Amino acid sequence: MQIARVIGNVVTSAKDPGLDSRTLLLIQPLTADGAAAGKPLVASDSVGAGVGEHVFFVRGSEAAFPFQPRVVPTDASIVGIIDHWHAD
Amino acid sequence: MLIARVVGTVVSTQKNPKIHGAKLLLVQPTTPSGQDTGTTLLAIDSVGAGVGERVLVVVEGKGAVQAHGVPLTPIDAAIVGIIDHIDTP
Repeated sequence: MQIARVIGNVVTSAKDPGLDSRTLLLIQPLTADGAAAGKPLVASDSVGAGVGEHVFFVRGSEAAFPFQPRVVPTDASIVGIIDHWHAD
Repeated sequence: MLIARVVGTVVSTQKNPKIHGAKLLLVQPTTPSGQDTGTTLLAIDSVGAGVGERVLVVVEGKGAVQAHGVPLTPIDAAIVGIIDHIDTP
């Protein structure tokens, strides 16, 4: 997983039926000290996150697990909202 | 698997139910000689690692889920070992 900040909402009208009623959020991955790490990406949300919140997300086929038994064509999903983190 | 250093902890109340009870640690991948390489990852800890320790991290979904022991958990990284030392001839 990686930590990230939610920086936007993505709105799509025409989409795969598996993505119907799924919230898609634009997220910026972060390093442990809070700096941007790499490019922003779009992730499906499984925990009710919103813009401005710090979250963590999973990549790959495991990104579809939170939505089982529905089959959702996603490769990145937000699976937790971060209360706080501590880095040395 | 990756060699990494545990650099921090993450607290999350609202998360996927299958992750509840798991310890979440920030890990910085390193080269075998200990130099940082790549970006920080968040891994489930299944061996009792702590900040500052050098660890072995599986960064692939199936392996991470297996280490966590709960089927269909949405995770892709898990700490599966604490490294005592690395011997290179």
